[in-house]
Amino acid sequence: MAAQPQKQPQRPGGEEETGTESAAQLKANPQATERAEELDSILDEIDTVLEANAEEFVKGFVQKGGQ
Amino acid sequence: MSVRRLIGLETEYGIHAPANPRASHVALSIELINAYAAQVTEAGGAVAGTEWDYQSESPLVDARGWVLPRSAAHPSQLTDTPEALVDALGNVSGGDPTPADSAEREFTPPGSAHWRGDFFELQEGQPQLLMNLVLGNGARFYVDHAHPEYSAPETIGAKRAVLYDVAGDVVARTAASRLSAEPGSPEILLYKNNTDNKSVSYGAHENYLVPRRIPFDNLINGLIPFFVTRQITSGAGRVGIGQQAQTPGYQISQRADFFEEQVGLETTVRRPIINTRDEPHAHYDSWRRLHVIIGDANMSEYSAWIRVGTTALVLDLIEHGKAPDIRLIDPVQALKVISHDPSLTVKVPTNRGPMSAVEIQREYLIAALEHARSASTPGLPDTAPDTETAEVLEAWEELLTDLAEEPSRAADRVDWLAKLQLLESYRRRDGLDWDSATLGMIDLQYHDLRPEKGLYYKLARAGRMRRLFTDEQINWAAQHPPEETRAWLRGTLITEHSQAIAGASWDQILLRPDPAAAPVRLQLSNPFTGARTETEPVLRTAADTPAMVQGLQQLLEQNPAGHQ
Repeated sequence: MAAQPQKQPQRPGGEEETGTESAAQLKANPQATERAEELDSILDEIDTVLEANAEEFVKGFVQKGGQ
Repeated sequence: MSVRRLIGLETEYGIHAPANPRASHVALSIELINAYAAQVTEAGGAVAGTEWDYQSESPLVDARGWVLPRSAAHPSQLTDTPEALVDALGNVSGGDPTPADSAEREFTPPGSAHWRGDFFELQEGQPQLLMNLVLGNGARFYVDHAHPEYSAPETIGAKRAVLYDVAGDVVARTAASRLSAEPGSPEILLYKNNTDNKSVSYGAHENYLVPRRIPFDNLINGLIPFFVTRQITSGAGRVGIGQQAQTPGYQISQRADFFEEQVGLETTVRRPIINTRDEPHAHYDSWRRLHVIIGDANMSEYSAWIRVGTTALVLDLIEHGKAPDIRLIDPVQALKVISHDPSLTVKVPTNRGPMSAVEIQREYLIAALEHARSASTPGLPDTAPDTETAEVLEAWEELLTDLAEEPSRAADRVDWLAKLQLLESYRRRDGLDWDSATLGMIDLQYHDLRPEKGLYYKLARAGRMRRLFTDEQINWAAQHPPEETRAWLRGTLITEHSQAIAGASWDQILLRPDPAAAPVRLQLSNPFTGARTETEPVLRTAADTPAMVQGLQQLLEQNPAGHQ
């Protein structure tokens, strides 16, 4: 997949504009930043189990009505 | 004041055969149920492969005291007779026509002699294809609409309820793996989530036993602000905004965008925040079963525990007239607005001015703390009547503090935050936008029930999620019934006396004293009878099956109503 430019997450439906994105919050807190960096380190492992053809897989996951 | 009330959870799983998109989901679900029956019986165990006893199912009885005319009911609501069930299965709603829809048109209803599964072949001597199983742990595993559904046995307390819900994942996973082992069968994938992100949602329901003397309006008023905001502690997170995920973004709840009413009877269309379905599966004059349809299915055991535990506490507050006086001006809108704001800063209009979800939850917490104090040892701080209630109160307070100060701190307990952290890591590393298919894949695969594939399990194994149970405990609960309710008798009879069982539902068991005899109906309308301490002596001392049936009948007649 082609890398896309990083954008701020959209906030549809939110009534206020706030600067407290979770990523920004992570940066503000040393402990949380550490945890997030640890998470970055297991992304490679997650890459190996992630279904290969994401676009087709997600498109194909169609459910029938439920409760 | 306690979380120790009768609770039962239900999970509808998403089902998918990527190698065979034309497979009928109804047929796949039926095959899955039967695969589980095969797996258990092949291992020397037993299930009650009886037809579900429909006599006490009445989904069209409304809690507000009127009965919906049949002609007005959506076909998918009609699940109370075998014929209606087949009708509902043949007319499943929702979504655009798909290959699975086309396959459905050629579908011969189960129960007819011509029905055959696509993949699962019955072996000689196996029971006929079944729509419903009652399991040795007291649960029900069955086909609901076009999904496999596991309804956990009745338990007392939030933690037990969650344990038996997680045990359902073991059941479903075992069934999928058994079915996939059939020659020619494609791999069946199961997802513990609530939407396909293409307009369809399916539920994870909670059931709480509530005394009928509590006016239903009190439940409505006390629960709506709580349910609308509860997602911040237990939402499962979702990539995409709107029923069809038409707007890119991330939201807290899987279910929020699918709710359109405040109060109503439906569960599949025009979903209401408060569902009025009124089948107590218990003595009608004494009990109501509050059927909660608004929750997300949780992968995190901790999130599920908080969801169920805090709901039990709020029900206690309502029963004692102690619920905080908060009224949302527009609950349905507030549900969505809160879900669409992962920063947790948005405020929604209330009778007390604009309030954030954390603020509203905190009002409920404060009321619960005060009530617990006054109900146990007045005058002393931080007291609660029992251990689990104290644990839930403490965990709730800690979680709300984290959510108020630094939401990411709760990513080790709360699904939507764990998933968000994962997604944000990918966004940082790969520069992904919210409409990226990779993020959609991560969202879905977080809920994959395969331990080696499911991303929740990856995080848990990496020590990033707080667990409540060991795998051993969960596996045990998939095999054994909870001791504290009638589920013990149901499950134990199935495991140890399956030859005598002619039928089983939540509040009845049909037993044959001998193979030629007419079945005897055991009424279990008091959900607390049939517990192990009460029933085990009868099972262990009866000389033979007729004596056991007679002994159980006598025992259950002593307290048939289950009055409080």
